[in-house]
Amino acid sequence: MGVVLPTTLDEAVDALAATPDAQLLAGGTDFCVEVNFGLRRPAAVVALRRVRELRHVDVTPGEVVIGAGTTYADLCAGRLRDVLPALSAAARTVGSPQIRNAGTIGGNVATASPAGDTLPLLVALDARVTLCGHEGEREVPIGELLTGVKRTAIAPGEVLVHVAVERPHGPQQFLKVGTRNAMVIAVASAAVVLDLDARRVRVALGSVGPVPVRPRLAEDEISEAIDWVHLRASDAAVARFGELAAQTSSPITDHRSTAEYRRHAVQVIASRGLRRCLADVA
Amino acid sequence: MASASTTTARRGSGVGESAGRPDGVPKVRGEFAFSSDLWMDEMLWGKTLRSPHASARIVSIDARPALALPGVHAVMTAADVTGRATYGVEVPDQPVFASDVVRFHGEPVAAVAADHPEVARAAARLVEVVYEPVEPVVDPELAVTAAPLHPSGNLFRHVRIRRGDPSATGDVVVEGSYEVGMQDQAFMGPESGLAVPAEDGGVDLYVATQWLHVDRDQIAASLGMPPERVRLYLAGVGGAFGGREDVSLQIHLCLLALRTGRPVKMVYSRDESFFGHVHRHPARMWYRHHANRAGDLVKVEARIVLDGGAYLSSSNAVVSNAAAFAAGPYRVPSAAIDGYAVRTNNPPCGAMRGFGAVQVCFGHEAQMDKLAAALGMDPVDLRLRNALEQFDTLVTGQVLTGATPVRECIRAAMAHPLPPDPTPRDPMMSRPGGAGLTADDGDVRRGTGLAVSFKNIGYSEGFDDYATARVRLEAGVAGEPLATVLVATAEVGQGFVTLAQQIAREELGVADVVLAPAATSDVGSAGSSSASRQTWMSGGAVQLACAGVRRQLLDRSAVRWGCALEALRWEDGAVTRLGSVDRLTLAELLDAGAVEAEHEYHHRPTKALDADGQGDAHLSFMYAAHRAVVDVDPGLGLVRVVQVTTGQDVGRALNPVQVTGQIEGGIAQGVGLAVMEEIVVDGGQVRNPSFTDYLIPTTLDMPDVAATLIEVPEPDAPYGAKGVGEPPAISSGPAVLAAIRDATGLDLRRAPVRPEDIALGVRPA
Repeated sequence: MGVVLPTTLDEAVDALAATPDAQLLAGGTDFCVEVNFGLRRPAAVVALRRVRELRHVDVTPGEVVIGAGTTYADLCAGRLRDVLPALSAAARTVGSPQIRNAGTIGGNVATASPAGDTLPLLVALDARVTLCGHEGEREVPIGELLTGVKRTAIAPGEVLVHVAVERPHGPQQFLKVGTRNAMVIAVASAAVVLDLDARRVRVALGSVGPVPVRPRLAEDEISEAIDWVHLRASDAAVARFGELAAQTSSPITDHRSTAEYRRHAVQVIASRGLRRCLADVA
Repeated sequence: MASASTTTARRGSGVGESAGRPDGVPKVRGEFAFSSDLWMDEMLWGKTLRSPHASARIVSIDARPALALPGVHAVMTAADVTGRATYGVEVPDQPVFASDVVRFHGEPVAAVAADHPEVARAAARLVEVVYEPVEPVVDPELAVTAAPLHPSGNLFRHVRIRRGDPSATGDVVVEGSYEVGMQDQAFMGPESGLAVPAEDGGVDLYVATQWLHVDRDQIAASLGMPPERVRLYLAGVGGAFGGREDVSLQIHLCLLALRTGRPVKMVYSRDESFFGHVHRHPARMWYRHHANRAGDLVKVEARIVLDGGAYLSSSNAVVSNAAAFAAGPYRVPSAAIDGYAVRTNNPPCGAMRGFGAVQVCFGHEAQMDKLAAALGMDPVDLRLRNALEQFDTLVTGQVLTGATPVRECIRAAMAHPLPPDPTPRDPMMSRPGGAGLTADDGDVRRGTGLAVSFKNIGYSEGFDDYATARVRLEAGVAGEPLATVLVATAEVGQGFVTLAQQIAREELGVADVVLAPAATSDVGSAGSSSASRQTWMSGGAVQLACAGVRRQLLDRSAVRWGCALEALRWEDGAVTRLGSVDRLTLAELLDAGAVEAEHEYHHRPTKALDADGQGDAHLSFMYAAHRAVVDVDPGLGLVRVVQVTTGQDVGRALNPVQVTGQIEGGIAQGVGLAVMEEIVVDGGQVRNPSFTDYLIPTTLDMPDVAATLIEVPEPDAPYGAKGVGEPPAISSGPAVLAAIRDATGLDLRRAPVRPEDIALGVRPA
């Protein structure tokens, strides 16, 4: 197995073009596990750790752009904790400190695991993902990028460059259910965002479908039901929000949990997340 | 080459003091050589090929494609086993390699040696095995009547206990069914070893194990070799908890080394480790407790079914314990208890910390709470009222002659202050759900539970258990007396390396004690580092050997002074003579050369159980009580164990810090079994053989622990010390279950408790 160590994005794209079967390595918290289990044995690896230009966070008044090489530890620290607190919270739930020092947001998105911890918030915020190949760059909405369980619209030869999200004005929450209090794969998760300017609730649910679930009907109903002047919602409306969110989900039963519990759990955490958001601004 | 390290003690710490571990600093600094660090020039790497099926007929095995791969030196299958085709820690019923059938997912079929681990791995995949899958038998209840999965049949053992009046009934009767899942030892250091062919045609094996001599005997039998040509050396052990009592890679490694004429190393990956050792038996239990209105137990009825998996391992002893301890540490005049261990196509189960006492503790303690509720009694009072005392009789008819401080344990566990109540200001991460930030202040309910347990120390039912020690005392380089302790005791983390030195310092009055590496060739068996027995057994052997050394020095003094032995006294590491100021220091006595003594320590004999399960089957018993405080988020079914307090009967704490270490570690394992640890087996297939999905507690899951050591010296035991390793892992889990029931009002009957059991659980009407 050959390993290429590019130091620039151009080199990375060239390396990928030269060895089309190569696997991109951007932290390896999933990929290396698969190698250790003997499930993957790529002919070549292009390791992105040394591509410095991929590791950055740019915050402007309207937007946040996060380089693909930004680690979970980076996401937990600095300005992002204030700007995208739910993303920081999601990053904090990933693995151990060692894992958070290695794993990256680009790796999380490109791996497209149903349990990817940063994905629900990115989906709730309609993140845009920039990819770079030999033909140049293109931008794909994350909802179109994630196509299935560990499947994406990333074309062969493309490197994930960054994700960009608009900066919504309002609170946001991330809640993740697992059978252990830390270092656990999500059994269910939810990102809830209160967009005060648009008077809109945005929510995405993790681990309850092949890709993060965006319960649009729940969003529509609760956005109507909230008293945006006093930032209040009735208990019935919040409960209904949770129920609709759960109804939209399509969880499975596996060795980690049951479909029934996952559906129940997203109902609970979607409601709690919303209630917390409302309490945050009230 | 790497091997077990020789360790030298710090000066001046005898029995009863918290002497520091000789291997403590190297382990913390990452300098300790574990068995996976073994290395030898020119060594080959071994790899095991395992069955993907839980049950199948092997139609054919073709090793030629693997042998054709460059770098492959050997592929061995059942046809290449030169001696006995099977092995086993109690009875050899498990094939070294499967030949005609495979009986569990992960059973070894072949082993490969190659010059690189990657080549070995690739070669193992190239071995062509044609299987004809057979529907596996995975339900232990159905296995008893199913067609035999093995020539020895499907019922390993039925232990039947009948005591007292079979027709006795109580004023108050409570009944319940309980289940315990399959727990794994989850030791950190995966199975690993290095086999080196020897000039005499034998083999030297460096390996992490719990009992060097019993491994040696099984290896020698399967190699068809006299035991003395198989020499085992203990390599650094990264935890055991019962999971290294059975042979894993030992025979495979030796076969490969002898075939290739080269050293061969093998290290299991984490997932292979889950297939490479036995687990804790899953249990299904039914109980009926009878009591009079005053709250005195009248009768306990129980039926316990343990799933032993495909091979016997130590199922016979585990089910004996499960039956003997099924009623808990309480006075029970009448009992009808049936324990069954059965063969299925599930992974083999065997020894794990607590050894049969753990499973039944979940049952008898849930029953005691249920009984207290039915009687309208406080559950603590009910336990205090029925607690065993010295000279009480067990359900097996054995009279308790040793220290029996059950009430003291309960009172001590209850006496520790409760943790502060949860408040809205607590960090969210300290709530159930932890880092997932799922619970707000109002989502949390607190609960408290108590559980009490007991278990035997050492081997039982007539087994002549012993340990051997040799102690040498000589003048060191600067003339100072230097003691060398030689035992084959496996140091698996429990701290016997520290204790051996403490005992030698205590007995000989010397400061410098060296512990020689453990090996089969230099000294007799120490028995297994299990059953909480080494402090008693190997400790007793070291004590005896030290006494032998003292005796020789007294003889030497008697000759020198021309006096009778009776006139001599051993004082502070010197010999004095009654009625005189004559005194010979150790240094003076050792001028004439070193002295050495070897002794075997045998404990008081035990007896077999009769047809009614009656008999003095056990040497001694350890008692413990645990109180757990939990926070539960009933909405999501998530739990955080806040605090576990304990009173533990230790006889005498020979090293209090090490006892505390055992208590904290055992509680972590008990908490794990209560709320997360389970090997998920579905149709015989293991679904979570990794630390990604087999969850063990992290720092955020570990409760605060407060422990009181109850020190009532045990009459028979060296220094009055009982074992301490297992009790912390027995009643801690059932206490957590009780606390979760208390917090939720749910009738939870299964460990581990899963989030859905709580969140979707049906509350009793």
